[in-house]
Amino acid sequence: MLKRPAYLFLYIISIFCAAISAAQAKVIHQEKSLYRNILVEDEGDLRCLKFNVKSTKSQQSCLYKSQPKKLVFNYTKLLMSGLLLNAEPERILIIGLGGGTMSNTLAQLLPNSQIDNIEIDDAVINVARRYFGFHENERVKTYNQDGRIFIKRALLKKQQYDWIILDAFNGDYIPEHLLTQEFLQEAKRLLSTNGILTANTFSLSELYAHESATYKAVFGDFYQVKNLVNSNRVILVSRHGFTENAIQKQNLKQLDAKLQVYNVDINSLYRNMYLTQDHQDWPDNTRVLTDQFSPANLLNVN
Amino acid sequence: MGVELLAGRILAPFFGSSVHIWGSIITVFMLSLSLGYLLGGKLSTHSASLSHYGIIFILASITLLPIATLSQQVMEVIFVAIEDSRYGSLVASMSLFFIPTVILGMLSPYSVRLLVKESKQSGQVAGKLYFISTLGSALGTIITSFYLVLWFDINLIIYSFCLLLACLGLFAIIWVKSQQLSNTAGSHA
Repeated sequence: MLKRPAYLFLYIISIFCAAISAAQAKVIHQEKSLYRNILVEDEGDLRCLKFNVKSTKSQQSCLYKSQPKKLVFNYTKLLMSGLLLNAEPERILIIGLGGGTMSNTLAQLLPNSQIDNIEIDDAVINVARRYFGFHENERVKTYNQDGRIFIKRALLKKQQYDWIILDAFNGDYIPEHLLTQEFLQEAKRLLSTNGILTANTFSLSELYAHESATYKAVFGDFYQVKNLVNSNRVILVSRHGFTENAIQKQNLKQLDAKLQVYNVDINSLYRNMYLTQDHQDWPDNTRVLTDQFSPANLLNVN
Repeated sequence: MGVELLAGRILAPFFGSSVHIWGSIITVFMLSLSLGYLLGGKLSTHSASLSHYGIIFILASITLLPIATLSQQVMEVIFVAIEDSRYGSLVASMSLFFIPTVILGMLSPYSVRLLVKESKQSGQVAGKLYFISTLGSALGTIITSFYLVLWFDINLIIYSFCLLLACLGLFAIIWVKSQQLSNTAGSHA
């Protein structure tokens, strides 16, 4: 049996160990922006952008420093499923920059595409440039603006996009005006004839059902793909709705070859993608989110 | 305060939810309240009466209505005309909220005028009024942001505020009329 001093000794050792492991994640940049706390942390080979220190869901974007191409997060991988519905998008709009991982990946994958990144927080743009190798050139541009305003202005200028990626919802505060029926209708009008929209959405709270109902109200039945633990869901919609065989199976092989470098298993994405027409997993009477009714932050309670 | 909170929601689809939205809203509300206090005080010097007080309530209710009925059209015009969303949101909140908030601001000094009978009590009356109106603001804030937005459409909440103000105004006017009636009845007897 251990005696008292032995317990004490173990206790001290364990505190010591905890202190060491905490020290391993090194904060290399920290700032308070207009919207949030921004942290860049290094932990071994992994570099992460965080928006809030204490929350565990606060990691926005991560990369492996030795292999920057490899995608770390499940939801960024899930978003790649869009390529199964539209293999050669030329004009891409990304709302929510994060570390710029999505933009970098697509710029490499689709060298002929034109990418517009929209980010509301200027500080996030600077951090992406400085710490995450976010790459811009004449084809890849960044606009420091609210996503909804950008889309409204783009509509006035009669612009169109082949792929709109909504990824503005990872923080602790949800921009409620980017979840509503009216917003999705505006985004829909911005899509080209073959255009698609993919959205990284909430899947663990009450908001799941409300978001699903809202997308269905605007776009009809949609594809969705989840990861194994169901903590992320990506919704895929198109301007003209989907027919049964919207997935371009013939591209699977080619895409698989291209996407392996990015740590994306397109075959598994393909297997996990399904149309809500076949199994709808939210109640029919769920209230649609509108500009009049969008208490998203109140609904997003687990 | 209930309206002020909803203002953020109303402006967001056109002007986003950046910090400057709240800057615009709070600026406009403070500005219009201050003017309202001044005007209300001035107005209370000319034949102040409970029925005039009721009319102010009804006016406030009427001028709040366009927030629900016309805001989309108004914001669309401003959105197209002004590119910078800071000034866009400022002009939008000015055109939607300025007039009703001025009128609502007039109520406070007018209430003081109606309630103060002797100058000795004026401090106490003003204190009670500040107490009630600020407490009401606190309640309006928490109820609107915690519950009303979770249950109702924004327009429905605005209409309810209008209805409430109109009822209070009508009540004041009817009260005055019934007092007058019973007074004249009393003097005839």
